[in-house]
Amino acid sequence: MTLTLKNAAKTFADGTAALKPTSLAVQTGEIVSLLGPSGCGKTTLLRIIAGLEAPDPGGQVLFDADDVTDLPVERRQVGMVFQSYALFPNMSVRANIGYGLKMQKLPRAEIEARVDEVLEMCRLSDYADRAITALSGGQRQRVALARAVAPRPRILLLDEPLSALDAALRDSLRDELARLLRRFEITAIFVTHDQTEALAIADRVAVMRDGRIEQIGRPEELYRRPASAFVATFVGHALALDGDVTGSVLALPGGNLPLPGAAPHLSAYVRPEDIRITPDGPLEARVESAVFLGTHYRVTLAGVTRHPLVAIHAAPEAPKTGSIVRLDIAPGAVLMVPAEGPAA
Amino acid sequence: MTDRLFVTLCLVPLAIFSLAFLALPLGRLFMGAVEGEAGWGVYLQILTTPRYLSTLVQTVIISVLVTVAALAVSTTAGLFLTRNRFAGRGLLISILTLPLAFPGVVVGFMIILLGGRQGLINQIVPGHVVFAYSSLGLFLGYLYFSIPRVLLTVMAAAEKLDPALEEAARTLGAGPARVLRDVILPGIAPSLVASGAIAFATAMGAFGTAFTLATNIDVLPMVIYTEFTLQANIAMASALSVILGLVTWVLLVLARSYAGTTVAAGG
Amino acid sequence: MRQAKVFQLSVTLLAAAFLIVPAIMSVMAGVTANYFRGIRSGLTLKWIGQVFELYADSILLSLYLALGCLIATLIIGVPAAYGLARNPGRTSRVLEEFVSLPLAVPGLALALALLQLYGTMKGFRTSPAFILVGHVLYTLPFMIRSVLAVLAATDLKTLEEGAATLGAGPWQRFRDIVVPNAMPGILAGALTVVTLSVGEFNLTWMLHTPYLKTLPVGLADSYASMRLEVASAYTLIFFVMIVPLLMAMQWASDRARRIAQ
Repeated sequence: MTLTLKNAAKTFADGTAALKPTSLAVQTGEIVSLLGPSGCGKTTLLRIIAGLEAPDPGGQVLFDADDVTDLPVERRQVGMVFQSYALFPNMSVRANIGYGLKMQKLPRAEIEARVDEVLEMCRLSDYADRAITALSGGQRQRVALARAVAPRPRILLLDEPLSALDAALRDSLRDELARLLRRFEITAIFVTHDQTEALAIADRVAVMRDGRIEQIGRPEELYRRPASAFVATFVGHALALDGDVTGSVLALPGGNLPLPGAAPHLSAYVRPEDIRITPDGPLEARVESAVFLGTHYRVTLAGVTRHPLVAIHAAPEAPKTGSIVRLDIAPGAVLMVPAEGPAA
Repeated sequence: MTDRLFVTLCLVPLAIFSLAFLALPLGRLFMGAVEGEAGWGVYLQILTTPRYLSTLVQTVIISVLVTVAALAVSTTAGLFLTRNRFAGRGLLISILTLPLAFPGVVVGFMIILLGGRQGLINQIVPGHVVFAYSSLGLFLGYLYFSIPRVLLTVMAAAEKLDPALEEAARTLGAGPARVLRDVILPGIAPSLVASGAIAFATAMGAFGTAFTLATNIDVLPMVIYTEFTLQANIAMASALSVILGLVTWVLLVLARSYAGTTVAAGG
Repeated sequence: MRQAKVFQLSVTLLAAAFLIVPAIMSVMAGVTANYFRGIRSGLTLKWIGQVFELYADSILLSLYLALGCLIATLIIGVPAAYGLARNPGRTSRVLEEFVSLPLAVPGLALALALLQLYGTMKGFRTSPAFILVGHVLYTLPFMIRSVLAVLAATDLKTLEEGAATLGAGPWQRFRDIVVPNAMPGILAGALTVVTLSVGEFNLTWMLHTPYLKTLPVGLADSYASMRLEVASAYTLIFFVMIVPLLMAMQWASDRARRIAQ
């Protein structure tokens, strides 16, 4: 199913504009992530698609060619995984997963068969008759997903599905979720504030800020060609290189850096993993600290720009604190985005 | 939205019932009070007629005494029961909360069994000792149904009290008496106020106990009852009911806003 | 320290004795052949038999009323608690406060109010329905509050949204999600309603007619006009009914309270 949003906006009763008029098109079978900090409107957008919130007049939600804007949530045939999972504590795992099928008034035998199939897919067969309260966080997450897909919804909506889990579990479940979503071959919208999740799972990522979509594109596109300073910093923690641009050279307090091309009205950003400590680099910096993190050192470098830079230094030895080192940044690794005021 | 409609429909039975059997009758009661010959003067009559005035005063006095006694007994017992574990503790708690479900008439009968003509005290104490029908009997009857109500509130509050507070006070050098005064009583103070208000309001409105004891002192509910049934002075009965209802309601609202608890009023 | 403990224990034991001794006396008196001569006169079930002869109707009426009261408070109270839980605004607070008035206003005043408005409707006034109205009025706030406390502690909004995305309409959500999850509160409320209805006297005394006596009204009648043994035997029967109810009610209420926290 394709999803089309036209000018969907949401203004709450107290006048706050949670979502500015937004349009979005999602292809059949595509997994799109809505990524942004809290309060950016991503959950509101998801709830408008689900039918849990009505868009302001003028907004439209289309499933294929059907206008579902005025269809109540229970008739929209959406599957939703809630942040808190919203599993029914009064029902077993099996009854939770079968609930949507029961609402469709399917024959009992068919419900059983389809629940068994989904249980199998989500590796939950051993837990079918458990109470929800007897499940671990990861198991609950899988039950929530199984319950949402069992009725074969037209679209699957996931609201921060991994945020209730602890960090270690989140990593392993993220990969499993990505695998399962591909297997279900379903159009899916996935809300998260975690860029790693968005990049790992989604076909396309929509970065949101202040109630609007700032950029939408494939993960690599967002990472390599961010359209704004916000996208550059939010996705991949890029650091600003504040300096004066003359022609295609950026003059920094720590030295001059060649840019890929002439760049008037653009700002330069760099990612920590693209800063190399090398004896013949054009920039000079003082090592403020070096923290050992197993796979690499995180080195804080002062003197290159107004703010200290952070570099990921994957080498057996860290530079000494207080020593002067030279840095290089490949011209291709410098991200150029439209200049923003200091407030942004 | 059908959802909004459904939620509204859920409140309809309540709205109809409360309108028909609560709002309208209470409205009638208010009107009934001022529809007599005296009009609004009925309230003035209460203050100027010695019988009504002394009834009001007596009811307040006995309710205050019961409240103080119930607070003293139940706080002592409640703190003891929450802070000590011993064989028979559960049984004691059961005994002390048992009268919660006794109607006022049964409580009255309990007092008759203690202090009536064939009562326990009269049998074991030499001479003729009968107090069930005096103000002492009434006081004991009210105390009987007040103890469990206050006790439950005190115990609930004492169990919520963080034991670390007491331990902290002890490490700072406070003895048991100081801990009680500086930590425990302030900690359960809101519950004491609330349960005190509940005990007072319950005693003010208690009818069954006074009715059974056919007591020789006038308390408000008995006067309302006799005004209504024997004197057929409906305006006065209504006016006294309005006053009684307002006093108990205001007290319980204050108690709840202060401590957030409600225990069944009854008796 | 020791002294203080001894004092506290003494107060506790004295209070317990004050409450339990007359109750035990009443139980004993109910099965003693002649209370004045004491237990030596022998044990008998004669008085209990007499109570059933005299007051079987009252006991039955109380049971019917309790059942009717339970049904009415379930039908009115459970949906109402849900309605209030779904609208946590000011209007709900006021409505809840208003329907809780019978918790605070003495039964006598409520009965007087009902009598003045409906006393002249003869068919209604003399029917058991009139007493039932009084009982429902008095017990309804307990049911509503009990259910509301559990619902307020449940993430009702998200659970309902979950059910809605799976295709459940408002009625199905109420049936499949709201009621089952409110069950501990409903159970506690139901036991409270039955316990209070069986023991209700203040309203009932004013509302009853000579042909419609409930158990507690019969008790008052026996206290006033029967010999002590019969009154005691009747009280014994009341205890046998009310004590298990009270214990079940306390168990259910504690359970509901733990869930609501």
